[in-house]
Amino acid sequence: MGRCSGLDFAHAISILEAFVSSGEIFQVVFFLGLVITLTPLLGGWMAKVFQGERQLLTPVLGWLEKLVYRLSRTNPTEEMTWRQYAGAVLAFNLLGFLALLGLQTGQAWLPLNPAGQSNVDLSLAVNTAMSFVTNTNWQAYSGENTMSYLTQMLGLGVQNFFSAATGIVVLLALIRGLTRRSAETIGNFWADLVRSTVYILLPLCFVLALVLVWQGVVQTFSAYPSATTLEGAQQVIPLGPAASQIAIKQLGTNGGGFFGVNSAHPFENPTPLSNFLEMLAILLIPTAIVYSYGVLVGNRRQGWSIYAAMFAIFLGGIALSFYAEYQFNPAQGGQNLLEGKEMRFGVANSVLWADVTTMTSNGSVNSMHDSLSPLAGGVALFNLLLGECVFGGIGTGLYTMLLFVIITVFLAGLMVGRTPEYLGKKIEAFEVKMAMIAVIAPSACVLILSAIACATDAGKAALTNAGPHGLSEILYAFASMSNNNGSAFGGLNAASPLYLWLGTLAMLVGRFAVIIPVIAIAGSLAAKKITPKSAGTFPTDGPLFVILLIGVVLIISVLTFFPALSLGPIVEHYLVQAGRTF
Amino acid sequence: MKIFLPCFRLFLVLVILTGVIYPLAVTAVAQLIFHNQAEGSPVNLNGKLIGSSLLSQKTESPKYFWPRPSAGDYATVASGASNLGPGSDALKKAISDRADKMRAANHLAADAPLPDDMITTSASGLDPHISPAAARMQIDRIAQARSLNTDQKTRLIKLVEDHVEGPQLGFLGEPRINVLLLNLALDELH
Repeated sequence: MGRCSGLDFAHAISILEAFVSSGEIFQVVFFLGLVITLTPLLGGWMAKVFQGERQLLTPVLGWLEKLVYRLSRTNPTEEMTWRQYAGAVLAFNLLGFLALLGLQTGQAWLPLNPAGQSNVDLSLAVNTAMSFVTNTNWQAYSGENTMSYLTQMLGLGVQNFFSAATGIVVLLALIRGLTRRSAETIGNFWADLVRSTVYILLPLCFVLALVLVWQGVVQTFSAYPSATTLEGAQQVIPLGPAASQIAIKQLGTNGGGFFGVNSAHPFENPTPLSNFLEMLAILLIPTAIVYSYGVLVGNRRQGWSIYAAMFAIFLGGIALSFYAEYQFNPAQGGQNLLEGKEMRFGVANSVLWADVTTMTSNGSVNSMHDSLSPLAGGVALFNLLLGECVFGGIGTGLYTMLLFVIITVFLAGLMVGRTPEYLGKKIEAFEVKMAMIAVIAPSACVLILSAIACATDAGKAALTNAGPHGLSEILYAFASMSNNNGSAFGGLNAASPLYLWLGTLAMLVGRFAVIIPVIAIAGSLAAKKITPKSAGTFPTDGPLFVILLIGVVLIISVLTFFPALSLGPIVEHYLVQAGRTF
Repeated sequence: MKIFLPCFRLFLVLVILTGVIYPLAVTAVAQLIFHNQAEGSPVNLNGKLIGSSLLSQKTESPKYFWPRPSAGDYATVASGASNLGPGSDALKKAISDRADKMRAANHLAADAPLPDDMITTSASGLDPHISPAAARMQIDRIAQARSLNTDQKTRLIKLVEDHVEGPQLGFLGEPRINVLLLNLALDELH
């Protein structure tokens, strides 16, 4: 690295040259190339799993799937209406919420607590339970001094699986709505949940967890040992069953760290290889599932078209944040490239991770986003505000993007004065209304709750940074929670009551005010006929549609958030470039 | 209720599967094959635990290589970062204070360039690595504090270069040096 002080323009150029020559671009290109290569391989297999077909793992794990149905006495073949399906989703999530709340508030009396963690306070426990049930994984605590091993393993770890699987099952319901004709039902919640968990999440997690341990991630139930350092001081070493949780944290786009500093902690992400694999794990299923979608609707081009729109926005974000992060910082004399970053990852892997984690609904961090350059932090913030539709969370990303697809075909229909259709289904008032609710609810949460925080002393007292960066901290927090991402500008004191309770509300609305409309759309679409394609049908595959879809996604987000963004990261960028500090 | 009871039963079964069987299976295999890593990559000296090769520890003696500054003063439960933004006054002051301290301690000129990693705090507060440049910068100070002769100092320089870890698999991550392991080797050398 050897980035030095006393920077001038020539030095800034030399930084960029060092960047190009040091192979950092190669790391990025290799990573993205691998993601694209794996997409059809994994996506094709996942489609078979979702349809209950015989696939690679049926001989190995078929018995386990059957055993789960038998032990739980659930019938994987009964068909459900959209109301029953939604009811099952909500009941399952409610149980998860209550169990996690109970574990946290009673952990001091429960086993597997060698560090002697006390019971979690109610407001923090409610916030955390909501956070992990909604796949947000926002953390107003540090695991190593708050959660017992039992709470981590049996509570937080379990919800990592369940909230991820919930995203998949809701997507599957929507896909059945699109593909079934004149049907009253949209599939079976039990089968969707069990297949996603048993065949996809568990095996991938098992393998990833072991590779992570090999690299140095801890996996033990031992108590925290105390070391006597070289200079004779005492150093307590926090441990725990981390690898098993980190595997699902990344593969399930959850993002909640076992330790407070998340994937920046050497015990969560010890090497560049573990970093690469965790980053890959974050994108693996959200990208592959878009391909699965193409297979399931019987037209791969439909899947690839959505994939192309997502990838284009993704690449744009990466390009802008790399440009921003490597820029000379006049406010600091250029010397803050590694503030909040780890030496083993360097700048490139930190910025790439920041984009990957905020585009998907992951939210784990390997560098501190609060210390990113204004525009790189701004791209991360904008990624959250896109509503997690660019790959997004597993399942959630694609169903959110399909809501934008509905809005896009609706707009296209308005332009040509024809009833809009998608995959032969007429898109009518009900679908558009539901899609709008799902798009507006999280956005409204972001703006209204940020405004409340800005207007109250309690809201402002939680800030670490002043000036426009302070506003960014608030916006980032509510953008993250309302869109169920979970990453943070860590300077914000998220443990204050105002943020705990407003945040709980944001996560609840951001999750279920999207899930319920999506399942309702599924029910409504399933009941419709499939109209054969005609000359007047607007094609939803191909470049024209891709461009239109990108336009709709970006315009909606920009119209909603540009004023707020201009007062946060954008003005901060110009101030920093003018050498101002605050 | 028709939905709720099967839901409850399925919930329990899947909790056992993902919350008990899965983590225990991972633990069993991990402890068997990668026991050392699973237990936090402990480093022992003469039978006593002195730390983890993955966690930085507070080191201030001029006789040792120093790790990167830590926003949480190397606390482990919990560790933390500064979270200061790129336009932060406090960050500017902290960087300038660290630069002064670093230059004074290493007998450098007032405008000598410093490696970025030695004047900024890491994300984890426990970054076990420094850049090769940051280690080289400390060689003179350590040689002086340990009163090394020219021959010994040459060996010290070689020791530092031997401890440089290149990018993993040839292309992943940054060149770096593990400070605790380097300091242990340093004690062995002298």
